[in-house]
Amino acid sequence: MQITKWEDSMSNTLTRRGVLRSGAVAGAGVALPTIFTGSSASAFTNEPTGDTVTLGFNVPQTGPYADEGADELRALELAVEHLNGGGDGGMLQTFSSKALDGTGILGKKVAYVSGDTQTKSDAARASAKSMIEKDGAVMITGGSSSGVAVAVQGLCQEAGVIFMAGLTHSNDTTGKDKKANGFRHFFNAYMSAAALAPVLSQLYGDERRAYHLTADYTWGWTQQESIAAATEALGWETVENVLTPLAQTDFSSYIAPVLNSGADVLVLNHYGGNMVNSLTNAVQFGLREKQVNGKNFEIVVPLYSELMAKGAGANIKGIVGSQNWDWKLENERGAKYTGSNAFVKSFGEKYGFPPSQAAQTCYAQALLYADAVARAGSFNPCAVGEALEDFAFDGLGNGPTTYRKGDHQCFKDVLVVRGAENPSDEYNLVEIVEVTPVEQVTYDPEHPMFAGGNLGSCNAGV
Amino acid sequence: MDAIILQILNGLDKGSAYALIALGLTLIFGTLGVVNFAHGALFMIGAFCAVTLSRLLTLSHQVLDESRKDFLGNPLKVDVPYVTEWFGETTGAAIIDWAVPLAILFSIPVMILIGVIMERGLIKHFYKRPHADQILVTFGLAIVLQEIIKYFYGANPIPTPAPEVFRGSFDFGVLLGFDPNAVIYPYWRLVYFGFAALIIGGVFAFLQFTTFGMVVRAGMADRETVGLLGINIDKRFTIMFGLAAAVAGLAGVMYAPINSPNYHMGMDFLVLSFVVVVVGGMGSLPGAVLAGFLLGILESFASMNQIKAILPGIDQIIIYLVAIIILLTRPRGLMGRKGVMED
Amino acid sequence: MFGLGKKDLSLFLIVVGLALFAPFLLNPFPTGSSLAQFNAGYPDLMQRFVIFGIFAIGFNLLFGLTGYLSFGHAAFLGMGSYAAVWMFKLLSMNVIPAILLSMVVAGLFAVVIGYVSLRRSGIYFSILTLAFAQMSYNLAYSVLTPITNGETGLQITLNDPRIFGVSATADGGIPVTNLFGLEMRSATTLDIAGWSFSFSAGYYLCAIMMILAFYLAIRIFRSPFGLMLRAIKSNQHRLNYTGLNARPYTLAVFVISGMYAGLAGGLLASMDPLAGPERMQWTASGEVVLMTILGGAGTLIGPVLGAGFIKYFENIFSKINDGVLHSWFAFLPDGIENLVVGLIHPFVGKGWHLTLGLMFMLVVIFLPGGLVEGGQRIGRLMRRRKKPAQDPRKPSPNPAE
Repeated sequence: MQITKWEDSMSNTLTRRGVLRSGAVAGAGVALPTIFTGSSASAFTNEPTGDTVTLGFNVPQTGPYADEGADELRALELAVEHLNGGGDGGMLQTFSSKALDGTGILGKKVAYVSGDTQTKSDAARASAKSMIEKDGAVMITGGSSSGVAVAVQGLCQEAGVIFMAGLTHSNDTTGKDKKANGFRHFFNAYMSAAALAPVLSQLYGDERRAYHLTADYTWGWTQQESIAAATEALGWETVENVLTPLAQTDFSSYIAPVLNSGADVLVLNHYGGNMVNSLTNAVQFGLREKQVNGKNFEIVVPLYSELMAKGAGANIKGIVGSQNWDWKLENERGAKYTGSNAFVKSFGEKYGFPPSQAAQTCYAQALLYADAVARAGSFNPCAVGEALEDFAFDGLGNGPTTYRKGDHQCFKDVLVVRGAENPSDEYNLVEIVEVTPVEQVTYDPEHPMFAGGNLGSCNAGV
Repeated sequence: MDAIILQILNGLDKGSAYALIALGLTLIFGTLGVVNFAHGALFMIGAFCAVTLSRLLTLSHQVLDESRKDFLGNPLKVDVPYVTEWFGETTGAAIIDWAVPLAILFSIPVMILIGVIMERGLIKHFYKRPHADQILVTFGLAIVLQEIIKYFYGANPIPTPAPEVFRGSFDFGVLLGFDPNAVIYPYWRLVYFGFAALIIGGVFAFLQFTTFGMVVRAGMADRETVGLLGINIDKRFTIMFGLAAAVAGLAGVMYAPINSPNYHMGMDFLVLSFVVVVVGGMGSLPGAVLAGFLLGILESFASMNQIKAILPGIDQIIIYLVAIIILLTRPRGLMGRKGVMED
Repeated sequence: MFGLGKKDLSLFLIVVGLALFAPFLLNPFPTGSSLAQFNAGYPDLMQRFVIFGIFAIGFNLLFGLTGYLSFGHAAFLGMGSYAAVWMFKLLSMNVIPAILLSMVVAGLFAVVIGYVSLRRSGIYFSILTLAFAQMSYNLAYSVLTPITNGETGLQITLNDPRIFGVSATADGGIPVTNLFGLEMRSATTLDIAGWSFSFSAGYYLCAIMMILAFYLAIRIFRSPFGLMLRAIKSNQHRLNYTGLNARPYTLAVFVISGMYAGLAGGLLASMDPLAGPERMQWTASGEVVLMTILGGAGTLIGPVLGAGFIKYFENIFSKINDGVLHSWFAFLPDGIENLVVGLIHPFVGKGWHLTLGLMFMLVVIFLPGGLVEGGQRIGRLMRRRKKPAQDPRKPSPNPAE
């Protein structure tokens, strides 16, 4: 197999370092008194001293995002298997960095603990804390909402462990609330808007009047702000922005006035169940069949996910949105996106269906963390952080990608997708319309939508 | 003007969902005196009756299509529903299309059965227990029911569309002399409103004009005396529980095309339905219906842009604000009876 | 002693003992063993046990004594948390001012909400409190974001003024909460043989607060004031006929109860400086109702047990995944192992809600008085068993006078 080849070449350099290191740690352990080993004994929080290293997978297992969380957990379990040398190696085969050799991380077998965020900041922090305090996790990953990501990122900063964010799309995660110990692979609201704008202009023209429905919380606001700015730059006019309560399930009273407002595009800045319901309601009102200002009425959903597409069913036909990744990417757009197929294959063969973008992000995050540890030669979060900063890599399915040092945000191409008219099966609900190159979605770390934050200095705990 | 007509339509539509759920809840809560936290779960199960029936109708066997590939590059397995095989392409497709209306027939026996089992097996033993115990046991039951649904159907919403003929919307504006598109309303939501009116009317007629209903009403007013008269009120209360479950279930079935059902939709409605029942007044069926429509209409008006511009966030709290005002001005809600769950 | 009767004193001492020795009691399994999954003796969960214990004790003062079922009590906990985090942001990272302010703020809101809601009784009261709490939650999530930081929750940042403290530590980090320099997160670990016990400063602060709160609750239960509250529960009308106005008493206990919730909120923020709106949601209010009923409403110790029970399930059962199950049953033959894992699978990990729901039902069906009744039944059973065995040896339990 392919892995064994580079496994041989790599194990010489890296695992030796790992062995030396763990030897040193073992020596230090002996020197300490066996009783009352205070927390000052190690150099950083949860320094792994045995032959395993524990990662914490904190995903929603109850509540509306439970299915997304389940998919993240599947991908993370797969990543653990691959890191420990099991299975077919998945994206380890295609990953541009070859520091990982399938013998765990720095020679330590990878173990994991899982917990339930419940998609609530409090519960997510409690779960992450138990992973750090009880199970000795050195890294936390996963999650399915920005509120949770920001809360857990803050916790990891305080505790001195690395946070590899899962699905979080708000600008704030790597903007106003960025933290030195937190890293985001997923794209954000600004990038969605920047990627969508040229496609929207191409599809619907530059003279459009947009009506926004926005979930009334931080993610919704950043999404709306981003997409409004991007479309207004095209020449679109924003007719109205209506904030809808998060707990809303029936959006009829917000949708009803849309047609009469003179708008010819409806932008739904909603995610998850909110989006499924608002889109379903909008289609019920027959908006898609209407003509306004002599143009076909259109609906735009800036952030898509496979599970939302599944929940909305036939209502998503022809509706444009953006995604971080799609399992068809390499098939349709070629070898630039290498890794996608390798991942789809190992995931699909193990679980029987293709992975979602949440799964791909979590898988990539786990690999990126492990690789950074291997390259740094240490689990120390400060060393890991340094290894991740400005790290350029390829072969994880998104094409060439960089982890920017200034805000710990990954920069890569963004997909613009559209609901398929005649999906051949439930895995083909969306089709890729365009892949917007990374240059078009890159912004300055001090961009007004991201300003006001401060990474601070890395915290190794203790 | 057209905006106001629209929001009245919306309010009636929302209100009919609230009224239906509150009606069933009042039958149990306001009359049997049981605080039933599992009522939202019954609504959710109703919606999943629709999902289940549409799954049953689309039960299929797989045929390999060599010309197309699945995501792993193997030949695509195409599902062929048995229904289309048995009844032919068009009739089969039509049956599948009409899954939700058919689910009404399917759900009535299912829901009555669930209600009766719930009452006989569990709730019966809690009539004389404190309300606190009723809350705990029904909340536990609600969680268990929810988790069972989640286990089989997952947490993601499941699209359950209305039949083709009810898709799209009706242009009221043209009838009333407005511009086209000024006042449009989806057909299915109009159907929902009509259906709710029918059910509410049916329940009232049943209680008003049948001997059974008369006895039940007497039992609500004074259970002991009715019992002393030698009437088996317990059996009738069991039937009432089944009826309440059926009302909640029907509300759920018809709601499925409006919003894709998911396993926790019952919890979303639970708190609201308690507010509606209490605002309507304990023990009053007309009160529950009235409060349902009132809160539905007020909620719709509060979501108008013109009102939100003056009072930002008013749509977030309107229902609770109105509830507080009503309960402070009318001690027993709109039409509550004295002494029902007041201490 | 302490002005407590004999029975109360022994109960109080048991609670003190449990609280102080929790790090040992909650870690019964050696760290390396596969049963260590069930250990709950790590700082965060121990803190949650006692903090939610305080919350439930306070709730029980209102509900257990007067019978008024507040369905919006989490609002006070949330407001307390926000107040505490604001103190950390503006004043200093010392927890004392934060905790004091959180109690004051919760108390003030309790005066207003209580004054309005207590005009009604029964279910009408419950819905009024629910309405206030839901309004607080919805507004905190959206319109009040400048104060609450919305969905994300209020956090401390490097840019906060902290006039009596520092905005950032010397090495550029966010300062941590402390009690006059004693960091709340600091902990000492004691390793004995295979066991590892963690003593956290934050936990002991919470535990002392809980002991004080419990002591105060006993005193209220046994005071003339407590007697008056019980009279309100048993028959308010009759009380009114005797010329007594019940309102000031109910309002007083409502405010005390709200301040307990505020204290819990302040402590939560002191242990982990974040305040999120979902702390005020009806599900959070419902949780404390469930804790109290589950443990035994109207009993002194019940609510604490109920709080521990629910928090244990939330934090321990949710972490049992298939990997853990397989490691437990690895000794079985493969087929049986998979069967056993498959049978347990729906009840743990992502299915922890199911187990919790089933436990609610089982407890309330078989133990009408909650967990306390379970304890009493076990106690009775033990005594009954012991008695015949002891009687022959000790013919007279009371020695001759």
